[in-house]
Amino acid sequence: MSTDVRVEPAPRRTAPAAPDGTLVTLRRGLALSPELRAGLSGTLALALASTLGKVAVPIAVQQGLDHGIRATGGPNLGYVATVGALTVVLLVLAVGSAYLMNYRLYRSTETALSGLRIRTFGHVHALSVLHQQDERRGALVSRVTSDIDQISRFLQFSGVSLVVNAGQVVVATVVMVVYSWPLTVAVLAVFVPLALVMPRLQRWQQTAYRAVRERVGVLYAAVAESVVGAPVIRAYGVSGRTAGRLSDAIERYRSAQYGAQRSSVVMSALSEGASGLTNTLVVVGGVVLGAGLAHELGAGFSVGELTAFVFLAGLFVQPIQMFTETLTEAQNAVAGWRRVLDILDAEPEVVDPGEQASPLPAGPLAVRFADVGYAYPGGGAEALSDVAVTIAPGTAVAVVGETGSGKTTFAKLLTRLMDPTRGRVLLSGTPLSRVGFAELRRRVVMVPQDGFLFDSTVGRNAAFVRPDLSDAELTAAFAELGLADWLAGLPAGLDTPVGERGEHLSVGERQLVALVRAYVADPDLLILDEATSAVDPATEVRLQRALDAVTRGRTTVTIAHRLSTAEAADEVLVFDGGRIVQRGPHEQLVAVTDSVYERLHASWLEQTR
Amino acid sequence: MGVAVSGYSTGYDRGVVLRGLKLLGRSIRDEPATFAIGALGSVLFAVMTVASAYVIGAVVGDVAVPAIEAGRVPAGALALGGAAILGVSVLKIVGILGRRLGAGAMQYRLQARYRRAVTQRYLDLPMSWHQRHPTGALLSNANNDVESAFMPIAPFPFAVGTVTMLVTAIVALLVTDWVLALVGVAVFPTVFVINVVYSRRSAPLQAAAQRLRGEVAAVAHESFDGALVVKTAGREAAETARFAVVSDQLRDASIAAGRVRGLFDPLMDALPNVGTLAVLVVGSVRLAAGDLTVPQLVSAAFLFSVLAFPVRAIGWVLGDLPRAVAGADRVDGVLAAEGGMAHGAAELPGTGAVELTFDRVRFGYGDGADVLTDVSFTVPAGRTVALVGATGSGKSTLTQLAARLVDPTDGTVRLAGRDVRELSAAALASTVALVPQVPFVFDDTVHGNVALERTGVGADDAAAALRLAQADRFVAALPDGADTAVGERGASLSGGQRQRVTLARGLAGRPRLLILDDATSAVDPRVEQAILAGLRTTGTDTTVLVVAYRRATIALADEVVYLADGRVAARGTHRELLATVPGYAELVTAYEAADADADDEVEVAG
Repeated sequence: MSTDVRVEPAPRRTAPAAPDGTLVTLRRGLALSPELRAGLSGTLALALASTLGKVAVPIAVQQGLDHGIRATGGPNLGYVATVGALTVVLLVLAVGSAYLMNYRLYRSTETALSGLRIRTFGHVHALSVLHQQDERRGALVSRVTSDIDQISRFLQFSGVSLVVNAGQVVVATVVMVVYSWPLTVAVLAVFVPLALVMPRLQRWQQTAYRAVRERVGVLYAAVAESVVGAPVIRAYGVSGRTAGRLSDAIERYRSAQYGAQRSSVVMSALSEGASGLTNTLVVVGGVVLGAGLAHELGAGFSVGELTAFVFLAGLFVQPIQMFTETLTEAQNAVAGWRRVLDILDAEPEVVDPGEQASPLPAGPLAVRFADVGYAYPGGGAEALSDVAVTIAPGTAVAVVGETGSGKTTFAKLLTRLMDPTRGRVLLSGTPLSRVGFAELRRRVVMVPQDGFLFDSTVGRNAAFVRPDLSDAELTAAFAELGLADWLAGLPAGLDTPVGERGEHLSVGERQLVALVRAYVADPDLLILDEATSAVDPATEVRLQRALDAVTRGRTTVTIAHRLSTAEAADEVLVFDGGRIVQRGPHEQLVAVTDSVYERLHASWLEQTR
Repeated sequence: MGVAVSGYSTGYDRGVVLRGLKLLGRSIRDEPATFAIGALGSVLFAVMTVASAYVIGAVVGDVAVPAIEAGRVPAGALALGGAAILGVSVLKIVGILGRRLGAGAMQYRLQARYRRAVTQRYLDLPMSWHQRHPTGALLSNANNDVESAFMPIAPFPFAVGTVTMLVTAIVALLVTDWVLALVGVAVFPTVFVINVVYSRRSAPLQAAAQRLRGEVAAVAHESFDGALVVKTAGREAAETARFAVVSDQLRDASIAAGRVRGLFDPLMDALPNVGTLAVLVVGSVRLAAGDLTVPQLVSAAFLFSVLAFPVRAIGWVLGDLPRAVAGADRVDGVLAAEGGMAHGAAELPGTGAVELTFDRVRFGYGDGADVLTDVSFTVPAGRTVALVGATGSGKSTLTQLAARLVDPTDGTVRLAGRDVRELSAAALASTVALVPQVPFVFDDTVHGNVALERTGVGADDAAAALRLAQADRFVAALPDGADTAVGERGASLSGGQRQRVTLARGLAGRPRLLILDDATSAVDPRVEQAILAGLRTTGTDTTVLVVAYRRATIALADEVVYLADGRVAARGTHRELLATVPGYAELVTAYEAADADADDEVEVAG
């Protein structure tokens, strides 16, 4: 791990470089999930029904007051009771419709988003290793978790409440116009300017909440530093410094939280003000209209209508209050969709030939690199140039070179984790790009350095490539590699849990399991990236024994970090500056004075003397 | 995350509510001023909410009705009525400001206060305590648990005001008409009961969804971490199928939680409307009997529409209580944790290398078997001793004992003849420097990481230390040299660079005892040789204890202590041990050539 330079290659994208606009993203995002459209008209009909229930109450109040309680010729109690009962029935229907609407909505959005999540996940695995580097993994996980959660929040709450609330405002407006158009104009006059300042307020709110998110990140990092770095903080007696930094981060987070609270309080205060102003206008205006101007305007105004009007105006406040929240969530959802689309838009650079696949001959495979060059995307010099080499079937080849010499790139081209930018790689005469993925992954197996294990058992990890293997077959595989005693020494044999990323096992033991994994795959070309970490002697002996058994009779290419591996190989390929500078058996190479291999060899000896 | 969420399932037993109320009481005692502002604002808001219904009712009934009947606009009375409605609204705004700003200030101050207390406790508690607690749990205590402990504070003043509001409303209704009051007595408790039922029903469903959300993330994390293995094994489809299972479980859990909520929300919207209709029907009967006036009826009808929302605040507080209590319990667990490493007051006079002695030291973690048994040896002042042993032989524990990160179960560790427990914290920190196996780099500049704002470590010392650690060249190549920020955990540096920076940190304080716990493993062997040679030749007057794997490193030591199974199995020079101790020879030769530089995941030419 001594690469001193880290470069993050830009992903290759077929989509235009400029990001899509909000509307385009929204449209494309919705198009990703056809499940969302299923039954949409029914859901919208239910939404309308539930809105009508809300408007029914003010109308009932008006009817009850004007034609029941204040009916000409004394109160008509029967009428009031009828109106009341009818409205209750309407309300029950409205609740029922709202419930059905919500349920349908949760069902369709969750189904759609789970589908999107799975699709995105699958696509991440289809992308090349360049997309899956360490630095990007956290971001990739967010694509299938928080980004999709943001979309779901929008679809379930804001998106629908936007539709429902818009419906509520429209229906309320229509009813108000029926009662009195001048008063309706007055109400709108209060809310229109409010609606106009909303976007500005919403931007303020967004900035405030962004600050909260940024500072909570800083705070969590500071807390993590104080916990993870506890031994260092103690050893150097610098608790005071750490406490000071923590205190700063805590205080900055607190003040950001309070700032965000302030921005949302202003929102509440404004809408309360608007509602107070509306009530005043409606009552005063209603009296003026009802008592003074009724005849001039050709419309009377009753006590019931006035009361209903105050209720109806109340239906305006809630949607307006929700508006900023809706805008924020819509923006978050669009951002989420954009990031998910970015992943889905990225075309896998390495593709399965599918129909055009050519079969490979049986038995150990030959390898040929025909004038191969490779440059990482994003410009820059070639990491590998003019590599022309043939490896005969069944031979063991060691690849050596300093960090950055191109040996890992060589291995990645050989396993078709990437395609060369120049030249061709052939397996027993068949171009690698024409070998079907299923056959390629079965015949060509790579054992990476860290032997990544999944959080399951030793047995399941060993059977990762061949999940069909029985415990007996697995036990036999361990025995064939001389690992029977090691397996027997585990607390639960094959069923021993390995922990997260295999942390219950030592580095060397993880490699053992990774070797069994490769062995049961029974490949015809094996690529090994030797581990560099020191392991204890017993494991070391086992590793060597297992390696010998795994490589026997196969074409093997080992990225060698050990002198002994290079010495034992049939041939050594020496990489330097992205080129093969020497090749041949160890004895021959080491005899060339002042060569790259001789230098590497001298350095090895120096370390081990 | 899982830890914080589990509080959900605690449910609603009486004990939790009682403890939750105690927690709220403690919060009020901690933050009396902000609570007072929030509660007063809330009460003002509550009273004004009831008042607004009555004022509108009165203006409609007493001004609008006669005016419309008479066909004449009573300008004075109308202006007064309008002003009253507007005035009540203004007071309501004042109430909102007080309530929400007070509640926010209270909640965030409490969080900050407890976060400070918890993290300070982390800094005070000894390493032995840290070793017993998983990192994830400690992070969760300081972050999520503190957050959830004070979650109910946000709606708390609102709830207090709502109780006032309900009492005011029922009293107002009683004064108006006892039959209408009955309607109120029926509706408001129903709202409350539905809230409680909803919380009980939905809490476990939400907890399940939350847990599955964690699982979805965990599977994605693991699968993307192992992407190379997945790809080279051609198991992409199988992994996607595995992910689909948890993703669909999350879908089902979210739908189940959404379904309960989908019924609750419209019910809560409808209930006050039912109240309004009931007032209309019951009120008309009372009106016909002459027991009620029109303004009274209109006021009562309004009352139901304005009160429904605030009543939900009580439900919010109660809904958050179980989680809050669980969070507060864990926070209190940290705050109440016993122990602290008592330091003595002794200083170590003089300068220059000190002698390190282990005298019959025994050490074990918790209830486990002893890691070290009867370890005795001395590193004479100014000498270099290499510690060699297989994995798990107790080497790292010895280095921690020497730096007094932990204390032995039995026996003593001495520096220049003084028991390390007698030394002051400052004396210890300035005498000993431990460079651990895994380099820890702070989110700071290179210089900040080396100097750590220690007194007596100036810019020159830091620069000299960087030179000695062979870090000066790459540091000079950084955009801002030693003033370059290295990012969280030194993310912008390579493993070898991080090790050299931490090594420079150890050297910068001119320690009289330097402990290197395999601290150069990621450094190129040639660079390592240069570093160790530099230590010997620049006249640094330091005793060195070094845990080593590489033969070349071991060979530089004056003496080797060979540890096996927590005991000193042999000591002597490298040559002597190689010749006379078979276990040692086997161990050292097994490491032969085991080291070399590794290729990174993605390598870059040149």
